[in-house]
Formats: sequence, structure tokens, C-alpha cells
Amino acid sequence: MKNAAIHLENLSISYGTTPVVFDVDFSVSEGESFALVGESGSGKSTILKAISGLAPDWSGRISVLGKPRGHKPDREFAKTCQMVFQDPYGSLHPRKTVDDCLAEPLAVHGIGGRDTRVKDMLDAVGLDQRFRFRFPHQLSGGQRQRVAIARALMLEPRVMLLDEPTSALDVSVQAEILNLLKKLRREQGLTYLMVTHNLPVVSFLCDRMAVMRHGRVVEIAEVDALKTGRLSDPYSRELYAASGGTLQPA
Amino acid sequence: MSAPLLEIENLTVTFPTSRGPVDVVKGISFSLGRERLGIVGESGSGKSMTGRSILRLIRKPGRVAADRITFDGIDLLSQSERQMRELRGARISMVMQDPKFSLNPVMTIGEQIGEALLTHRKLPRSELKARVLSMLEAVRINEPERVANLYPHEVSGGMGQRVMIAMMLIPEPDLLIADEPTSALDVSVQAQVLDIIDDLVTGKGMGLILISHDLNLVSRYCDRILVMNSGEIVESCKASDLNKATHPYTKGLLAAMPRMDEERDELPVLDRSTWTTGAGT
Repeated sequence: MKNAAIHLENLSISYGTTPVVFDVDFSVSEGESFALVGESGSGKSTILKAISGLAPDWSGRISVLGKPRGHKPDREFAKTCQMVFQDPYGSLHPRKTVDDCLAEPLAVHGIGGRDTRVKDMLDAVGLDQRFRFRFPHQLSGGQRQRVAIARALMLEPRVMLLDEPTSALDVSVQAEILNLLKKLRREQGLTYLMVTHNLPVVSFLCDRMAVMRHGRVVEIAEVDALKTGRLSDPYSRELYAASGGTLQPA
Repeated sequence: MSAPLLEIENLTVTFPTSRGPVDVVKGISFSLGRERLGIVGESGSGKSMTGRSILRLIRKPGRVAADRITFDGIDLLSQSERQMRELRGARISMVMQDPKFSLNPVMTIGEQIGEALLTHRKLPRSELKARVLSMLEAVRINEPERVANLYPHEVSGGMGQRVMIAMMLIPEPDLLIADEPTSALDVSVQAQVLDIIDDLVTGKGMGLILISHDLNLVSRYCDRILVMNSGEIVESCKASDLNKATHPYTKGLLAAMPRMDEERDELPVLDRSTWTTGAGT
């Protein structure tokens, strides 16, 4: 398939002997922002983990930007695809400064000009330069998530996997991070695959979404269907109603 | 609404820090009848501390001071620790945020719910069992017999939260304080749990304080709303009038929330400079 940033075919994932995701097929085109929604345990984060290589026990096909993904850690792959995790309190090393944290991916990949790159990236995610040599515990939740986003962007990936990037944050801080994600995507032409359970966030940030339940995709819909409440699958409609939406006939 | 169930005047909660004492709740007053009151605010606004200070659950070195905290005619400030224990659970109870950390992992669900009742009243074992099972049914748990024999790790988050609600409501308290009862749960389960709380609270004519960070959720389930910011109540209104809120903080919060039919290109961000200085009620 041409122009697909992420392409999944018959993807099944298991943890040990427990199957978690069954036969998932979808593709996300370049520059698109795609959401995976569903309740806990529906397998949405597991898909992100499989793509990023954190859940190596999968079968089927995963390709990112036209290149098939193997089961092993892949240094080249890391340059094209990065992940941002849910909890900014858990995903940053407590004993490394912001500077260490942002420079590490560059060191791993042997990229020079670290000093300027770190500075530029702090600007890009809206963090003042004075935060550069602070530790995570000296930052607020919103600032930490900015650092996590900055770290993911250090290698200039074209695909970003976002695992509930705002669910640990307050609404006013969530608004700031959502605006930032939208701005970065516009400026750098990024592709987003985002996991969330918050439908209004999907409405703000995404173009399409897949609704998951019990490890299967039950519906793939345009965001317009979400905005007007015209989802067709009964489960998606239930989820929509539970989020406070007003249903329209499909 | 005759005499209010709970009256709080000038409540202050203080914690000492290396830079001197910090007031996390700054002299707030409100009263509550047999109604549903929502307290909304962001992290650090002091909403949980307010809920906890009603039950006198703030540990040292935190300090609670108030001109008055009365519950149903009882002055809570002058009660001894022993007298407080008799009130807690029996008259006022509290549902915590996360069932994973609030249930006893080595006791079966049935035993835990039974214990909540037995602490306050002696009951024959057969009657106790019947009460526990009917309470589990009231929180819409299918097969209460089976669930009563399970341990907390064997049930899902939503079920755990319902167990906790059962435990809190079985002594039939007059006031239920629910501190973020659903923020650890999925959206689809959230509504279920809140519906159960709502049914039981209105059915028994109890008072409810629902503490949450989610404005929309609170406005759906409460009669009245208090909005808190940095230890102060910045807005107090009827839930139905939330969209007519006047304080810039409340307005900012409402606007910052993405909507289901989002068309805005950028979300408005709170401009903290306009209200942090000298604002407040």
C-alpha cells in the first residue's frame, strides 16, 4: 500500500500464552492522525507496544513507512517512529536531568550538535531554557509531559505513537498539551497513532478512529461521524453515549 | 431543606513546609442539606483535603482549623478520636478513588463488607450474610453469593468500586463523601457506578459530596457545584447554571475542555494572570 505511514495486516498479539489482540487490520496514511479508542483491556495500548517493539509476541504484518517491522529491536526503526507514554510521572528517569534525557537518544544514535538540538527542542515544546538542567521532580505534570514529547521528537521521527498522552493531566494542562501536539503535527507533518478513551480529545486532534473491544476492531469511523453522533456499531454508540454525547441515527 | 446536615465555616487546612506553613484550604465555608453537592477543581486545589477534613482524616503534621464544622447538630471539631470512630462509616462515610489500593487484599469481599457493618452493630451471622448479599445486589453485582467469596484481586476495577460503595453504604450513613469515585474507571463503567451512587443516595435521602476534577460529570450528577482553586471556593452555583458561570477560572476550565463536536482549531488555555492575584470570594 502506498503512502501508508502505518500498515497493520492480520495483526494478532499475545502476552505469553494469552492472546490479547485478534486479526487487526488498518492503515494510517502519512500525515494523518488516527485514534484507537476502547475501554481498558481492549488491547489498544498493546497495538502501540507491538509497533514500537515492546510486545514482541505478535503474528501478522506491521509495516511503518513502507518498511516491514521485525520482531527484534531495531535501531533504524527508532529514528522513524517514537512513542509517548501515558504517565509523565513514571516515564522519565528520576535521576536524570531534562538535558540528559533529551540528549540520550542523540548519543545512542551518534548524532552530533546535541547542545543546539536540545535547546531547539525545548523551544519547540514550549519549555523555557531554565528547565534544561532540572530533574523531573522539579517539574509539574504538564512540563514533564512536554519533556516526554520532546524526547520522542529528538530523533525527528515521522510517526508518533501516543499512549493516552493527556489522561494523567488536569483539563487546563490537557488543553495546553493537545494544542502543542496539534501544532507539532502541523509544523512537522507528523503522523499520529493515538490511544485514548476520551472521545472529545479524538474529536479535537484526530481525523479517523478505530473503536476496539475485546481485542478486535469493531468500527473504523471518520471523525465527522463522531462529531455528529452517527456511529454505526452498537458498542461504539454505547461508548459515545457514556461519554455524554447525543446519539443520532446511524 | 430544613436544618442543614453539614455546616462548615471558615475551614483552613495547613501543612508545614521547609518554607513555612502553607494553607491548602483557605477559609472556606459552605453548608449541605440532604442534597448532592459537587466539589470541582484541579489537582492541588484543596478539594480532597476539604472532604478529608470533614471526617478529620488529615494526619499530622497537617492541621485543620475552622470556626465551625457541625454535622447533624454534632460539633465535629470537639469530638474525641473515639467518638469520631463511631461517626465514621456509621454516619458519614467516604468512597476513595482507587479500589485497588483501598480494599484489603487478604480479606474476601463478603468479609470486608460484613466488617463495615459489624464494627458499628452486633448482628447474628445469618442476618449479616443476608444484609451483605442484598447490599451486593443493590450495587448491581450479579451472583452476589459467588462474588462475596472472591478476593479483591479477582474482580475488575468497576466491580471493586461497586464493592467499595457497598461497603460504605451498608451501615446506612447520612452523608457520603465520594472522592473521585470513578476516575480510575473506564468511561462506560463510570456512568454505571455513578448511577448506582445516585440511586442509593436519592433513594435513602442521604447527603452526597462528590469530589471530582471533571466538571461535566459533576454537573450531570449533582444539584449544586462548588468550584475550588488554590484552596478557595471561586464559584458556587446550581449545576444547571454551570454554563452561566461568571468566574474566569470556571469559564476557563469549561472552555479548555474539548467537546464531542470540536471545531475549534486551538483550545483556549487558562490565563492564570487574570485571577490568581486578589481574586477569590
